[in-house]
Amino acid sequence: MSMPSFLTIAHLTLYDARRRKILSAAAICGALFLAVFWTVSFFAARDLEQNPPSFVQRQINLVILSLFGLYAANFLSVLLASLLPVDTLSGEIDSGVMQTLASKPVRRSDIVLGKWLGFGAVIVTYFLALAAGVLIATRWVAGYQQLNLGFAIPLMLLELVVMHTISIAGGTRLGTVTNGIMTMGFYGVAWIGGWVEQLGVLGGIQSARAVGVAVSLLSPADSMWRLAAYYLQPDIVRSLGNAGPFAGGSVPSAMMVWWALGFTAAALAFAVYSLRHRQL
Amino acid sequence: MIDRVIDARGLRKSFGETLAVDDLSLTVGAGEIFGFLGPNGAGKTTSIKILLGLVTPDDGEGEVLGAPIGSRESRAKVGFLPEHCRFHDSLTARELVRFHGRLHGLRGQALETRIDQLLSRVDMLDAADRPLRGYSKGMLQRAGLAQALVNDPRLVFLDEPTSGLDPLGRLLVRDILSELRSNGVSVFLNSHLLGEVEATCDRVAFVKQGRVAHQLTLGVAPSSFEVEIRAVPLNQPVLEGLGRFGSVVGRPGDDRVLLRVTDDAVLPDVSAWLVGHGVRLYEMRGRRKSLEEWFVDVMGDDQRPG
Repeated sequence: MSMPSFLTIAHLTLYDARRRKILSAAAICGALFLAVFWTVSFFAARDLEQNPPSFVQRQINLVILSLFGLYAANFLSVLLASLLPVDTLSGEIDSGVMQTLASKPVRRSDIVLGKWLGFGAVIVTYFLALAAGVLIATRWVAGYQQLNLGFAIPLMLLELVVMHTISIAGGTRLGTVTNGIMTMGFYGVAWIGGWVEQLGVLGGIQSARAVGVAVSLLSPADSMWRLAAYYLQPDIVRSLGNAGPFAGGSVPSAMMVWWALGFTAAALAFAVYSLRHRQL
Repeated sequence: MIDRVIDARGLRKSFGETLAVDDLSLTVGAGEIFGFLGPNGAGKTTSIKILLGLVTPDDGEGEVLGAPIGSRESRAKVGFLPEHCRFHDSLTARELVRFHGRLHGLRGQALETRIDQLLSRVDMLDAADRPLRGYSKGMLQRAGLAQALVNDPRLVFLDEPTSGLDPLGRLLVRDILSELRSNGVSVFLNSHLLGEVEATCDRVAFVKQGRVAHQLTLGVAPSSFEVEIRAVPLNQPVLEGLGRFGSVVGRPGDDRVLLRVTDDAVLPDVSAWLVGHGVRLYEMRGRRKSLEEWFVDVMGDDQRPG
């Protein structure tokens, strides 16, 4: 039985990414980040040992360290998810590579799905490796066991899938640079929306909160991180109510997860529809 | 076994205000090498893209290998070499052919054997394991030709297949086209190199402003033989009399007439008729019209760039 076409295209996508040294570059960046994080964790643990604070303060410090690590891992992965697929369809359409591909007896949906799967596998693997590096550092070096990973990690993965799908979908209609700007703008809007929502809650400004929520509906990526960050924090840290990427002031509702899933499915369906009707 | 591998009727495609293909109708027979000729912007590449399902026509219909244009079934036994030969340049030629073979559902040893055969046939075995990004245009065309043939197609679309090739490469392509024809494979050849087309094609269509302006069967080419006659007098009764043998298509001089005939077998009859009617015949010079001349005649001055 022959392999479905979308798996062949997923394989080509992975192969091409490896040959173009994209994976090597991402791996080097990730390794550099982990080296820095492990160093920070090592010195943080040593300082906490030499000048031991109260148990509560120690836990707060370690939670923030772990959250910082996961936030950075998540952010690097968002960049990868947004930029890695940014030219896969637009670049191949512009250059004419797509003509040879689409003239084969394959569905256009197989092309979209194959690329989505191929790059998705890279992005998920990348994030899991970075997150594992962070968690191992906080556990073995600093001695902190992160909470609720079973909730938080899938939420962060969903954020990456949202961004990755937007990037793929944009590539069916936009040029490479335009798609890159659009995808990063999409994330930037979500990120700012999250801040506006937090500030609205902390400052008691309902209109700001409403704007933040509306922006999250428009661009649900960052709300997945904020929900994950909520799960990653013990109650005592949440109660600090800081305004930042780890803020627990305004927690996205669980419905936002369904919204993000639906958003991803709609973006993928758009990508298929758009490529199917694209004149190559 | 179908007689017509391509049967297109009334295809039309616009891009905004630009009409690229206008009421294009054509047929290509099984085992035929069909040349598709026209100036830049005549709609040749768009026509190929429509037949391959890469572009959706605004109007018209047709079949490729008996299946509706654009369907997956119609592409299953089709090969395609695009004009600019852009492929994933991180792949080697061997990987390129293997990947495209897999998209046709080929696997295993049969595919590997086919890859070796094809790369050997296009004389690319030595460079088969080097990335395409280091290839010259001619090497890319050879590798592209191998990928176009990987599925043992019954119809091959070649868009300018020899434009980057040296003379040996062109001879190679010509040989491959002959092999394809002898194996009953049809070829749809889009080329600006009229000499190549004349040497390889069975039939050609001239495309002008998105529609087929003229079709010509090469080799037998009816109405393609012209004879220039120098004789005196060439008055009106004589010119009308020559009309029984063919059509008068020009008067290069007072004592000259250009006569287009269907077959050079009529030339002795022409000379006998002239002498029999008291015309003094000084010279008869026959020649077959070249494809290039056909091209210029069909396209006219309005198709010249600028």
